[in-house]
Amino acid sequence: MAARKPAAKAAAIPNVAKDDLLQYYRDMLLIRRFEEKAGQLYGMGLIGGFCHLYIGQEAVVVGLEAAASKGDKRVTSYRDHGHMLACGMDPKGVMAELTGREGGYSKGKGGSMHMFSREKHFYGGHGIVAAQVPIGAGLAFADKYLGNDRVTFTYFGDGAANQGQVYETYNMAELWDLPCVFVIENNQYAMGTSTKRSTKSPSYWERGAAYGIEGEEVDGMDVLAVKDAGQRAVEYCRSGKGPYILEVKTYRYRGHSMSDPAKYRTRDEVQKMREERDCIEHVRQLLLTGEHASEDDLKSIDKEIKEIVNESAEFAKESPEPDLSELWTDIYADELPQGEPEEAA
Amino acid sequence: MATEILMPALSPTMEEGTLAKWLVKEGDEVASGDILAEIETDKATMEFEAVDEGTIGKILVPEGSEGVKVNTAIAVLLDEGESVDDVTDAAPVDDAKPAADEARGAAPEKTPARVADEHPTPQPDSSPDWPEGTEMVQQTVREALRDAMAEEMRRDDHVFVMGEEVAEYNGAYKITQGMLDEFGDKRVIDTPITEHGFTGIGVGAAFGGLRPIVEFMTFNFAMQAIDQIINSAAKTLYMSGGQMGCPIVFRGPNGAAARVGAQHSQDYAAWYASVPGLKVVQPYSASDAKGLLKTAIRDPNPVIFLENEILYGKTFDVPKLDDFTVPFGKARIWREGDDVTIVSWGIGMTYAMDAAEKLAEEGISAEVIDLRTLRPVDYDAILASVMKTNRCVTVEEGFPVASFSDHLASTIMQRAFDYLDAPVVTCTGKDVPMPYAANLEKLALTSTTEVIEAVKQVTYR
Repeated sequence: MAARKPAAKAAAIPNVAKDDLLQYYRDMLLIRRFEEKAGQLYGMGLIGGFCHLYIGQEAVVVGLEAAASKGDKRVTSYRDHGHMLACGMDPKGVMAELTGREGGYSKGKGGSMHMFSREKHFYGGHGIVAAQVPIGAGLAFADKYLGNDRVTFTYFGDGAANQGQVYETYNMAELWDLPCVFVIENNQYAMGTSTKRSTKSPSYWERGAAYGIEGEEVDGMDVLAVKDAGQRAVEYCRSGKGPYILEVKTYRYRGHSMSDPAKYRTRDEVQKMREERDCIEHVRQLLLTGEHASEDDLKSIDKEIKEIVNESAEFAKESPEPDLSELWTDIYADELPQGEPEEAA
Repeated sequence: MATEILMPALSPTMEEGTLAKWLVKEGDEVASGDILAEIETDKATMEFEAVDEGTIGKILVPEGSEGVKVNTAIAVLLDEGESVDDVTDAAPVDDAKPAADEARGAAPEKTPARVADEHPTPQPDSSPDWPEGTEMVQQTVREALRDAMAEEMRRDDHVFVMGEEVAEYNGAYKITQGMLDEFGDKRVIDTPITEHGFTGIGVGAAFGGLRPIVEFMTFNFAMQAIDQIINSAAKTLYMSGGQMGCPIVFRGPNGAAARVGAQHSQDYAAWYASVPGLKVVQPYSASDAKGLLKTAIRDPNPVIFLENEILYGKTFDVPKLDDFTVPFGKARIWREGDDVTIVSWGIGMTYAMDAAEKLAEEGISAEVIDLRTLRPVDYDAILASVMKTNRCVTVEEGFPVASFSDHLASTIMQRAFDYLDAPVVTCTGKDVPMPYAANLEKLALTSTTEVIEAVKQVTYR
C-alpha cells in the first residue's frame, strides 16, 4: 500500500464557512484560556500533582473534532484537557477535577491525567505513555464487532510513538481493519528530549508503511489543514479500509508539565512559534482579512470565553472536596450498562 | 480591576521559593505568555509567565527575595485606564485557599489493609453449590472451562475470546477446542504473539461495550501486559468516578507445570490478589472451573482467572445443570475436621487433600478449605474453621515472601489470635527461581510431606 504524500498547503484564502471559522476560533480560545487559568490555579496551589498544559496545540483537537461525527470516540494521554473541551465536556467538570473536587468528572478521584466521559465518548485521560494506543484500537474493535460505522481517534505524542505497544497495535489494527485514526501529536519534545535526540527516522507516520497503514503529515498549527486531513482519515476508516495515521506537527508553548524548567530549548524558539505560527492568531487573521468578523466581534468572543473560564474556575474552587466515604466507592462495579453508552442529548 | 500576581507553586511539592529576577519593571505592558520573572525552586530555576494582559502597576516583592511563600502577592497588574495610585493599599486577596481545607464527612468505615474486618463474628455461607440430588457428570477441568466459555458465548453475543492459538490451533492447551467451529472467527480470534498489544485491545473493547475473554498461553507471558491489566483494566472504574468499567476476563494456565524452568513456572496469585479493582479466581476442581468461569464472564469487573496446566486433565464430578454458576468469595469445605484447618486453593488443594487423607489414617482430623477466589476472599469461612480447630496450615505453590498465605496468616492473627493454639504455618514454593532438574523442581514446590509435617507441628504431634 502506498503511503500518501503530505497534503499541499491550504490556499491563502481558504474556502471555509464563516460560522465554522468562528467556531474554531471560539473552541481554540476556550482551550487556551482554560489552560492559562489551570496554570494559574496550579500556581496558587489549588491544582496539585502533575498538570500538563495543551497551550499551542489547540488546532489539533479542534480540527479533528470538526472532522468527527456523533458517536465517534476519542482517547488520549495525560495531556488531555484540550481533548475534553473540544469534544464538548463541561469546562466546570474538567476544572473541578483538576482541583480534586466532588464536582469533577471523576468526583475528584482521577485528577488531571485521568478523566472520562461516557456520554461524550471520551475514554481518557491515560497516565501511562502509549497505553491508550491499544485501548483506542480496542474501542475501534468494539465498533467493528458491533457493526456500527463509528471511528475512534487515538491520540498520542512523539514520545509515545517510540513505545513498542504502538507497533503491536499497528499490526493488529491493520490486520483486522480496525476503524481507528492514529493521531500522532508531534510537538517535537518528549518531555525534555527532542525528536532529533530520540528518533533516527524523521517522520513517524511513515512507520505505518511497515504495517501497510496509510497516513500523512499535517500542519498542526493550521486548524483547516488538520480538519481536511481529519476528514480524509475519517472517510478512509469509516469506509472499512482499516486504520489511518495522521502525524500532526504541532508545538507546545509551555513546559512538559508545570514543574518543567524547559532548559532543553531556547526562549527564542518558543517565541518564534508563538509569533509566527500561532494557531489562534492564524484563524483570527482569517476572520479579519475575510471580513467575517471585526476586532470588536472578536473582543466580545474573548470576553465571553473568559467568562466561561472564570465560571469554571469559580466552580472548581467552590465545589467541595469529595466526601471521605468516596475513598471506598467505585472500586468494583455491581452492574454495567452493556453495549453502547447512551448518546448525549 | 487590578489583579494581584501571586507567587506561584511551580512543582507538586513547592511551598516557597526565591524570586531570583524580575524580567519586567513597573509600567511595562505585558501580554499573556510573557515571561515576568525567574523563580528558583528547590529543583530548578523556572520562568514565570503572565496569564493576563495589562500593565505592571507595582512590584511588591523585590528580586533576590528568598523564602517567598507560595500565594504571596508579588506584583500588581493593572487593567486599561487604572493607575498605580489605585493599588497602593492593595492587600493580599486570600482566594487561594482551597474551599475545603478540612476533611469532610464521617471517618471512613474501613481502614486500608484491614479489608478482613467484614463481620465481627464470622458468618460463613455453607450453602451447597448445587441442589441435593443433582445428576453429576464426570468432566476434566479442560472440558469444564470450554463448556463455561461456550455456554456464555451462546448466552451473550458480546462475549468473545482472543489469544494466541485459540482458534485454528484449538488452543495451545486445547481449552478452546471446537470453539472456532461453533462461533466463527469473529468471536474466536487468533492474535499475533503480542501480549501487551492484544491485552490493551481487549481492555479497549471492554470499555467499548464488549465482554472479552483474553487467553494468555500462560500467565508468565502476561507480565508483558501487566501494565494494561493493572493500570488500565483495574483502576479505570475508580479513576473515572464509576463511569467507565472494564468487564473482561484474563485467563490461562498459571504456576508451575512440569520441567519448564524458571520463566514458565511462576504463580502470580499473590501479585494480582494485591490489586484493588481486580477479582482473582484460582479454581481447583472442574465444577469450580466451570461455575466460576461463567461467573467471571458475567462479572462487570476485570477478573484474573488462574488455571493450572497439571489440573487441566484431572477429572471431577460436575453437576448437570443448564446454568451452573459459583459465586465469588465463597469458599468450599472439601473435608470437615476438628484438629486443624488446612486452607488452600488451586493446585495447592492436591497436596491439602492428599495430606488430609494420610493424616486421617494417623488419627488427625483435618478440615480442608478451598478458597476458590482470592479477591474477594471468604475470610469468614477460614475464621469460623480456625475458631473451631484452633490451628491453621496454608498450602500454595507461590513464592513464600509476601505470599497470599502471609496475608491469611496476618488476618487470622488479627481476628482470631485468642483462638490460636499454635502459629499459622504456611507451606509455599521455595524462595528460589524454578529449577529445571526434576529432583530440584520437586524440591522447589511444596509437597504432601511438608503439609503433613506442618500439621504435626501445629498440633504438637
